[in-house]
Amino acid sequence: MAKSQIELKVNGKSVEALVEPRTLLIHFLRDQLNLTGPHIGCETSHCGACTVDLDGKSVKSCTIFAVQANGADIRTIEGIANADGTLHAIQEGFREMHGLQCGFCTPGMIMRAYRLLQENKNPSEEEIRFGISGNLCRCTGYQNIVKAIQFAAAKLNGVPLQEAAE
Amino acid sequence: MIPAAFNYHRPKSVQEAVALLAELGDNGRALAGGHSLVPMMKLRLASPGNLVDLAGIGELKGVRADGNDIVIGAMTTQYELIASNLLTDKIPLLSETSLQIADPQIRYLGTLGGNVANGDPGNDMPAVMVCLGAFYNVTGKSGERRIAAREFYKGTYLTALETGEVLTAVRIPTPAAGHGWAYEKLKRKVGDYATAAAAVMLTMKGGKVESCSIGLTNVADTPLWAKEAAKILTGSSLDAPTIKKAVAAAEAITSPASDARGPAQYRTKMAGVMLTRALDRAKSRARG
Repeated sequence: MAKSQIELKVNGKSVEALVEPRTLLIHFLRDQLNLTGPHIGCETSHCGACTVDLDGKSVKSCTIFAVQANGADIRTIEGIANADGTLHAIQEGFREMHGLQCGFCTPGMIMRAYRLLQENKNPSEEEIRFGISGNLCRCTGYQNIVKAIQFAAAKLNGVPLQEAAE
Repeated sequence: MIPAAFNYHRPKSVQEAVALLAELGDNGRALAGGHSLVPMMKLRLASPGNLVDLAGIGELKGVRADGNDIVIGAMTTQYELIASNLLTDKIPLLSETSLQIADPQIRYLGTLGGNVANGDPGNDMPAVMVCLGAFYNVTGKSGERRIAAREFYKGTYLTALETGEVLTAVRIPTPAAGHGWAYEKLKRKVGDYATAAAAVMLTMKGGKVESCSIGLTNVADTPLWAKEAAKILTGSSLDAPTIKKAVAAAEAITSPASDARGPAQYRTKMAGVMLTRALDRAKSRARG
């Protein structure tokens, strides 16, 4: 089968590549671009560990072919930190609130939380839980992930952190 | 999990897509949001030699009013259905249903057209379309035709759609203002298909049911239109004995499979429970 030429933006950089049509986006990101932050968890569209941001949508990169992303603007966990290298507020939230234990789900969780907070700057706890319902975590019981996202929302909104931590 | 190799096509118009699919025959499949087809391909339960991606066709997107109908392009995603003010205003049943489909990531890509055309009895929108009396616009090489949702489903993955045809839009008669609606779905966890689900649309006048339509999801090899149950309810005040009779009539037309979601008898009973709840909620929302 003929390979397809694709051009896309990944973490702000232009990328051109040849891919087999059957190459899934997750394999393209991990194997061809060496972006191993997005994880392969279940490979069946359930767990959300492979979540990346694509044209303003959170998508499970195991359930889309790289050719479908031709022309897209993609952001992965590797592109989430601030330009000066400091942590993004969501990353900081996960650290401060112990939002991870083994860390396997974290890249997907953070990328999903990133889009959620773009769409809803001040989500309620219920909205956060509904918003991350496509991401599974087997360690934390989610409580601290919710707290981490609340921390990030507060920080991004300029609310004093003391208050957010309560 | 790597699918079998295939050629990828990305036509710019419906005409081009239809010509391609006609030429490819059984060796081609239309690709919409891909959240049923791609998992099937990864499991090698499907291995089409060619995928015709409909994502580049602008005319398949969007929600608009057209006379007494609302027309929704087949490539409109669940996410876009939820965000549509026109739908929230005129057919809130659609956003209520969309919010119960899969999870946020899947709703960003999963489309209405894919959901209704796939013919999977687990999909939620077919029963909703049957309930709403929707029509599907279908384009093939020989032209366009319109198929009633109530006549579209023939069996598991079997529909009235013929090889080479593309479902381009869903046309829904705009429901009466002040109608009541509900979609009640029992599922084991987020992202699961329904153990059983019920869609209800009704209008009330002077405390009595003026009109009623009921669709049931995943309790047969096709979505079910519970005509008899709706007839029993029409003219009633939705009193408990009448609801009981209607629920029994709805349960009687189900023939679910026994599977991981439960034995057949349980799923039939759950269809009844979902219908009871949906009637209750639809009534509370209806004016008149």
